[in-house]
Amino acid sequence: MGIREVAREAYAEAAPALAASTVGGLFAGMVLGGMRAELRAVPGLLVLVPALLATRGNVYGAFGARLATGLHQGLVEPTLSLEDERIRNAVAAAMANGIIASVFAAFVAVLVLTLLARPAAPLTTLVGISIIAGLLSGIALTGAVLGVVFVGFRRGYNPDTLVGPLVTTTGDVFGMAFLLLAVRIVVGGP
Amino acid sequence: MPREWSITGIMRAMLPVLLALTVVEIGSGLVLDTFESVLLQHPSLLVLVPVTIGTAGNLGSILASRLSTSFHLGTLSFSPRDDELAGNAIATVTLALSLFPVVGAAAWVLSAVTTGTDLPLATVVLVALASGALLSILAVVVTLVATYAAWRLQLDPDDVVIPVVTNTCDVLGVLVLFGVVRVLV
Repeated sequence: MGIREVAREAYAEAAPALAASTVGGLFAGMVLGGMRAELRAVPGLLVLVPALLATRGNVYGAFGARLATGLHQGLVEPTLSLEDERIRNAVAAAMANGIIASVFAAFVAVLVLTLLARPAAPLTTLVGISIIAGLLSGIALTGAVLGVVFVGFRRGYNPDTLVGPLVTTTGDVFGMAFLLLAVRIVVGGP
Repeated sequence: MPREWSITGIMRAMLPVLLALTVVEIGSGLVLDTFESVLLQHPSLLVLVPVTIGTAGNLGSILASRLSTSFHLGTLSFSPRDDELAGNAIATVTLALSLFPVVGAAAWVLSAVTTGTDLPLATVVLVALASGALLSILAVVVTLVATYAAWRLQLDPDDVVIPVVTNTCDVLGVLVLFGVVRVLV
């Protein structure tokens, strides 16, 4: 294949998934754009945003990839059942990893901001926001990944190619929406 | 390939990388924090933040996974005259050039509808396009370096390259956006 054919094929293959995740990113941006009051009220919140969004992608991307591999290997039955110990363990581990990483992010953010003598909200506020946001977006993303991977697999799609775009799109959307909700729960709001 | 299916086994495999990446992401959060006042002043730029970071990471991870597959199939060689390599790099830059102006326009429209916007449409489109063009070039460089390093260190590019590339591109996304905003706004 020549350069032109490779480029054309790579473009056509990537464009739909990339466009879909762009829509998710724009929605997340719209939520962030509407969060100016919260960002002013909770100094250091903006420092957490990239870490929290990336954690959703990293944790639930790995969760989806693990399920996909398990299905391909026949370790996980193609009918979704929470009695399957492997599925339960994968869900619990993803949830725990997501929440631990979110809380860790809050600690690091407060530590660095304090060292740099920049304004930071109290540690308890940022940790509280991280736990609630991690828990709620974790529940939503677990549901989305389980649903799409199992339904996709049974309908003959390769779950590996579904997981990436799904997680980047829904990770941004759920990540930002539940971050806003968590801020409102912890500090109150309009 | 995950073999361990116990809760602690899965957590032990993932958590160290996850925490390291979290520290890196806090770095990009600090950059955002330094230009928070500009972002709060211009909501349409705030709308651009997640989509710019995310798309940069996606461009890198798509390229990385394609190169990784070619690598496993044995059709990739690390030569600047390799068609596979050059074609994929061109596709990455072309994707960014065609996608980011639309992203800029959409960000402007969304903020105009929701919070109101004080920047002209052309400025936001230009910020998005310039950031996207720079980021796609950086994504190609980062992906090539990471894939080459994995190959030299005999690591499976699937395991290592994608998380490294995605998170590096996230950080670069914020840095590039910061630089472009400073120049153009």
